[in-house]
Amino acid sequence: MKDLSLHLIDILQNSTRAEATEVYVGLIYNETDKTLTLSIKDNGKGMSAEMVKNVTDPFCTSRTTRKVGLGIPLLKQNAEKTEGNFQIKSELNQGTTVSAVFKYEHVDMLPLGDIGGAMALTISSWEKTEFEFDYKKGDNEFNLKTQDMKEVLEGVPLSNPQVINYIKEIINENIK
Amino acid sequence: MNKIKSLDDLRKIKADVEGKMKLREHSENAENLVQIKVAMATCGIASGAKTVMDFLVSDLDKRNIPAVVTQTGCMGYCYAEPTIEVTKPGEEPIVFGYVDTKKAEEIITKYILTGELVDGIIPVNYEKIEDKKN
Repeated sequence: MKDLSLHLIDILQNSTRAEATEVYVGLIYNETDKTLTLSIKDNGKGMSAEMVKNVTDPFCTSRTTRKVGLGIPLLKQNAEKTEGNFQIKSELNQGTTVSAVFKYEHVDMLPLGDIGGAMALTISSWEKTEFEFDYKKGDNEFNLKTQDMKEVLEGVPLSNPQVINYIKEIINENIK
Repeated sequence: MNKIKSLDDLRKIKADVEGKMKLREHSENAENLVQIKVAMATCGIASGAKTVMDFLVSDLDKRNIPAVVTQTGCMGYCYAEPTIEVTKPGEEPIVFGYVDTKKAEEIITKYILTGELVDGIIPVNYEKIEDKKN
C-alpha cells in the first residue's frame, strides 16, 4: 500500500464485512514518543481466539473467494518497518480493535495520503453504519460523526457526490 | 475552493442538493440510477481502485448522470483488479476488469451513455456479488 489512507479503506472493509454498526477511527499523534497511532474499533461479529492468533498470517482469511488475506499483514509490516508495532484484539460477538503504531519520523514512514477521501468513500458506501473519525495532534483536535451529519442532512444520502466531497474536504482541511 | 469547516456548510449543501433533486425528481428513484460497485478489498486498493472510485464519483456528477458509486469486497477477480460492476437501470450487471481512470471514462462515455460495450468485460458473471459468499 502506498499510503495510510489505502490501509484505512482496507481495514475498514474488514469492519463492515463483520457487520459492524459502529466503527471508530482514531488518528492520534503522540509528540513525546513521536508516534502516530491508527486505530480502528468496531462492534462487529469479532473473531475467535484462534482466528486472532492467525490473522497476521497472510495465508489466513475468512473469505472463500481466495486463499490469501493480505490486508492485516501488510499494515503490520508497514507499522513494524517504522519500528512501531501492531496489535489486534477481538472477541466473538463483541467486536475487533486494530491498532497500528508508527514512528512518524522514521525514514520508512508512509505518507498519510488522502485520509478524507478514504473516509468519505467508506462512509458513503455503508450508509447504515455509524462512523466516528477522531484526530489529535498537539492542540489540533478534530472529530466527525456520521450521526451528526445525518441529523443535518435529513434524508439527503451520504452517497450524494457533493456530500462525499464535503466529508473529504472537511477531514483533509482539519488534519493538515 | 473555499475551506469547509463546519456542519453549517453541510446544511448549505443539503439545501442545494434538495433543490437539484426537485429538478430531476423522476430520475432520482433508486431504480433509475446507474449503480456502480468498485471492488475495494486489498487487491483492488493496491491496484488503484481508490483513484478509479474518486474519478467515477466526480465525473458522473460533472456529467449529471444520476448514479450511486459504492465499494464492495473482493469479487474473486484479483488478477484483473481494479474491477467494477456496472448495473444500468433494468439491465443485468456487467463486470469490467483492469479499470483505470481512462477505462472508466470510456465505460461512462460508451457503455453507460450509449450502451456500446467496451473491452475488458469479465464474462461468467451470472451471479450477483450479493449472491456470492465472500
